[in-house]
Amino acid sequence: MYIAASLAILVTLGLVLARALMGPTVYDRIAAINMFGTKIVLLIAVLAFLSRRTDLLDIALVYALINFIGVVAVMKLVVHGNFHSTGDENSKSVEVDQG
Amino acid sequence: MIDVFIDVTLLAFLAITAVAIVRMTNLFAIVMLFGIFSFLSAAMFVVMDAVDVAFTEAAVGAGISTVLMLATIALTKDQNEKQSRSHRSWLPLAVVIVTGAALVYGTLDIPAFGDPEAPAQMYVAPYYLERSIAETGVPNVVTAVLASYRGFDTLGEVVVVFTAGIAVLLLIGGKRQKSNTRKNEKKRK
Repeated sequence: MYIAASLAILVTLGLVLARALMGPTVYDRIAAINMFGTKIVLLIAVLAFLSRRTDLLDIALVYALINFIGVVAVMKLVVHGNFHSTGDENSKSVEVDQG
Repeated sequence: MIDVFIDVTLLAFLAITAVAIVRMTNLFAIVMLFGIFSFLSAAMFVVMDAVDVAFTEAAVGAGISTVLMLATIALTKDQNEKQSRSHRSWLPLAVVIVTGAALVYGTLDIPAFGDPEAPAQMYVAPYYLERSIAETGVPNVVTAVLASYRGFDTLGEVVVVFTAGIAVLLLIGGKRQKSNTRKNEKKRK
């Protein structure tokens, strides 16, 4: 059962990688990298049960935290253009190419 | 069996991502692909049981360096321009192929993965494996070596990383006054 789960996660990784490669807009790519990190977390969790090394679950939890914080930072940077704007100023400077 | 398949698939994704990074010209997409590359590397490290390296790769490669590269793009967007692809690429390609062939030739002498007769596992590793629980009380041997046996070494590394982080924050974060004028210049994008 874990083998089937890991195979399904690998297929999903391929699909997400294709979206990250093609992704017409910035937000496609951000969603792709977020989903990619989530799938890596799931893959590590399945591997932990597959190889009975349950200490890998802690690593998966830390990856989930890093993924979340990283995506929040990327979104803040894309919307505001820097890290130190508070968000109440209506300056939407999307500084990245859309293509 | 399934471990080998996961290894091969992750390595194939890694190669696809690397080729895409080289071929692309959109800097934002390249930074996103760098993050994916780091996550793939970290997953491969986890599969090969190098958990501490995987943790560092995920934290630094996928987390911090992605954000730092995006901040750098936000600061240096004005100097970005399309580079012509008319330069001759045969000499760099030949150098890269020769270097890669030399590295592959060098790996032929390396002991196999997990070989118990390898020199790295003959001298100090048995000492750590037998004595680390009694001497340090840390259940994970790698953590015992990093945090206890080589504690001062790790402390020095942390000091270096902390100093580098302060320097980068001083370079990137110190643009509060000029940020509005910069944004007005960039409205054309």
